[in-house]
Amino acid sequence: MGIFQQLTEKPWLTVEGKEPAEQRAFSLESPHVGLRVFLAVATVLFTLFLVVYVERMTFPDWRPLSEPWVLWLNTLVLVISSAGFHWAWVNADRGDLDGIKTGLLAGGMASFAFLAGQLWAWRLLVDLGYYDMANPAIGFFYLLTGLHGLHLLGGLVAWFRTSAKVKAEVGLAQLRLSVGLCAVYWHFLLVVWLVLFGLLLLT
Amino acid sequence: MAYVAPAEVEQIPPAEVEDVELYHAKSWVTKYVFSQDAKVIAIQYSATAIAIGLVGLVLSWLMRLQLGFPELFDFIEPSDYYQFITVHGMIMVIYLLTALFLGGFGNYLIPLMVGARDMVFPYVNMVSYWVYLGAVILLIVSFFVPGGATGAGWTLYPPQAILSGTPGSEGGIILMLVSLALFIIGFTMGGLNYVVTVLQARTRGMTLMRLPLTIWGIFTATVLALLAFPALLVGAVMMTFDKLLGTSFFMPALVEMGVYLDYGGGSPLLFQHLFWFFGHPEVYIVALPAFGIVSDLISVHARRHIFGYRMMVWAIVGIGALSFVVWAHHMYVSGMNPWFGFFFATTTLIIAVPTALKVYNWTLTLWKGNIRFTLPMLFALAFIVTFVNGGITGLFLGNVVVDVPLSDTMFVVAHFHMVMGVAPLLVVFGGIYHWFPLITGRMLHEGMGQFHFWVTFIGAYTIFLPLHYLGFLGVPRRYFEMGETNFIPESAQDLNAFVTVVALTVGVAQIVFFINLFWSLKNGKLAGHNPWKACSLEWRTAHVPPRHGNFDDLPVVYRWAYDYGVPGADEDFIPQDVPPDRVSTGKGEV
Ligand code: HEM
Ligand SMILES: [Cu+2]
Repeated sequence: MGIFQQLTEKPWLTVEGKEPAEQRAFSLESPHVGLRVFLAVATVLFTLFLVVYVERMTFPDWRPLSEPWVLWLNTLVLVISSAGFHWAWVNADRGDLDGIKTGLLAGGMASFAFLAGQLWAWRLLVDLGYYDMANPAIGFFYLLTGLHGLHLLGGLVAWFRTSAKVKAEVGLAQLRLSVGLCAVYWHFLLVVWLVLFGLLLLT
Repeated sequence: MAYVAPAEVEQIPPAEVEDVELYHAKSWVTKYVFSQDAKVIAIQYSATAIAIGLVGLVLSWLMRLQLGFPELFDFIEPSDYYQFITVHGMIMVIYLLTALFLGGFGNYLIPLMVGARDMVFPYVNMVSYWVYLGAVILLIVSFFVPGGATGAGWTLYPPQAILSGTPGSEGGIILMLVSLALFIIGFTMGGLNYVVTVLQARTRGMTLMRLPLTIWGIFTATVLALLAFPALLVGAVMMTFDKLLGTSFFMPALVEMGVYLDYGGGSPLLFQHLFWFFGHPEVYIVALPAFGIVSDLISVHARRHIFGYRMMVWAIVGIGALSFVVWAHHMYVSGMNPWFGFFFATTTLIIAVPTALKVYNWTLTLWKGNIRFTLPMLFALAFIVTFVNGGITGLFLGNVVVDVPLSDTMFVVAHFHMVMGVAPLLVVFGGIYHWFPLITGRMLHEGMGQFHFWVTFIGAYTIFLPLHYLGFLGVPRRYFEMGETNFIPESAQDLNAFVTVVALTVGVAQIVFFINLFWSLKNGKLAGHNPWKACSLEWRTAHVPPRHGNFDDLPVVYRWAYDYGVPGADEDFIPQDVPPDRVSTGKGEV
């Protein structure tokens, strides 16, 4: 029964005669549903930051910032990382343990590289003299990249635990779940980054 | 009330429920301290919330002492008063009510009422509590850092919140913001559990439309909180940047004591929008669980099915959705485009429609019900009256022309204490009197309960009704003392003193409630199974109180949670998990 149909049901009329059906709103596994709900919350969070950003731009003291070139490189690295996790996921579906390992390794390493690259970008900014926080564009730059980086760090905790599971040789079903969760999360972070980066470039 | 006569239904085998793997605690510590059992977490949440709520209560006494007898208490400085106000407001709204309704009632009731063994992510659920505890501890600590807690008002408006003229602008405000951030992180962990458990872990036959309204209220409130708290987080993070790193997100150019500050160009209004984008839904984060619980209390104790169940569900959802488009009614005096004001006044008044609908439905549920004036019923009735009262003054304040003169007066204080202070607390009490027998296996003492009810109910009105009048006189809100104010008659001071005396008395009388809690734990009448003869699943566990895993065999649900007063049945109610062929009639079980 679709959700809408369920919500229009008249419960006072329907006493179940036949065997009552199982009740799940989504056929996805619950951790996946949980992750999706979390991603919705994170989306709200980032969206609000972006709204505030755009609103703050309209004030006269806004001075645009030229982004360091290394961000382009970082973007590429993040794409690789996301692809790595996807690779692991595909292989988890196939039941190929080696493929999972390769994917996880690539994804994790690329994530660390991305974080290092972001720090490097901060460094470059400072060298260029962009540390005057009174300029809101600069403040926002550190704030948004930092926040995105924190989310990625949180993801790396999950990555670490998943790798530990590979090592402990837990069942494939469990692995597929963990790897799948990581992959979805990394794709999300990639999309967030693309939006952030686009906005930073444009303004 | 359509009821399917048992004879018409064929004999059916009881449905089997696929069971889930459950985490089992191995030591005392993992069972009672770092517990992953939602019921234990619920008790931990509730105990912590009530404890910090008592701090909030004591703070309100201190404020009342100052307001009632301005010259008398030397130890209350103006800066203390601001700190009391701020922390009192913050505690009551967030650390008490939000945590108690969602972390407390939510954790206890969701798995039981939907027929699950536990929350879906028990570990995350446990961490949620400990992060919350951390937030509470930071809040307390903020009183003891140099400069003390923040005195910015619970709205924490910049620029004043982080400028040196405001008490606690050094450490206090930082700790407050960090504590809020922690609270939000902890809540998000719990909230994921509440939402996903309701979506995914309902037992067989428990369709969305068979959920008790308590669950609908808590579920919708959790969704609101998950979507609204990020706005507060954004505000808190950016203000922390302004304070610590010298950004100017919210800070305009300022001169302080003749010195130009480094800030410039920021917008305090931006923060206000963020704050109230969270702040108004927050009202409903507290109100919706109360709505849900009251619906169930009324239905059980009036032995009558809830009137217009489907309407009630849609009203909850509708109110939740509308609550995101009214926030700027808190900013009428901050300056805005008149069309904006018009828009927000309109949406605000529209919310009254689904809300009034709920009130009608409660009344119609009572109509021709077999009302039992049990303690939960008394508190539920008191809630309805109080909520209507507070709601009506809300309609006043929702209109720009009425709000502008009343803004920042005691009228506002009276309004929000009625609607989101007293009313939800009455439900908290009603809920505790109702579910205490389930949680402990014993009834609370009736006599003490009656005393507690009447003192609290009459007391609350004696305290807060006069504040409306004081507001009309123009007594301002958040003032340490009135001083020489010509337009306010001197009798206002007498009224203030009277209110203080009552507030202290009513506050102290709450001791009876706590004595009752502890006394009944050992000496209360044994409750047995289902003392209120309720239909919902939490009363259908094999053991009272329910043990780890809640049910022996997971129940299977055949009907909604409101089959009260069923004609033809032996007893006047049919629990949700009784199949149609098992309903006992005059002829015994079929
Ligand atoms: C227990 C009885 C209570 C008493 C006697 C009391 C008393 C007060 C007083 C005297 C003020 C300050 C008024 C002013 O000078 O502006 C205040 C503010 C406030 N109270 Fe209560 N209160 C009580 C319970 C609650 C509850 C349950 C809530 C939960 C919603 C609450 C929420 C607030 C808020 C949000 C403020 C505003 C703080 C601010 O202006 O920043 N209070 N209360
Ligand atoms: Cu509001």
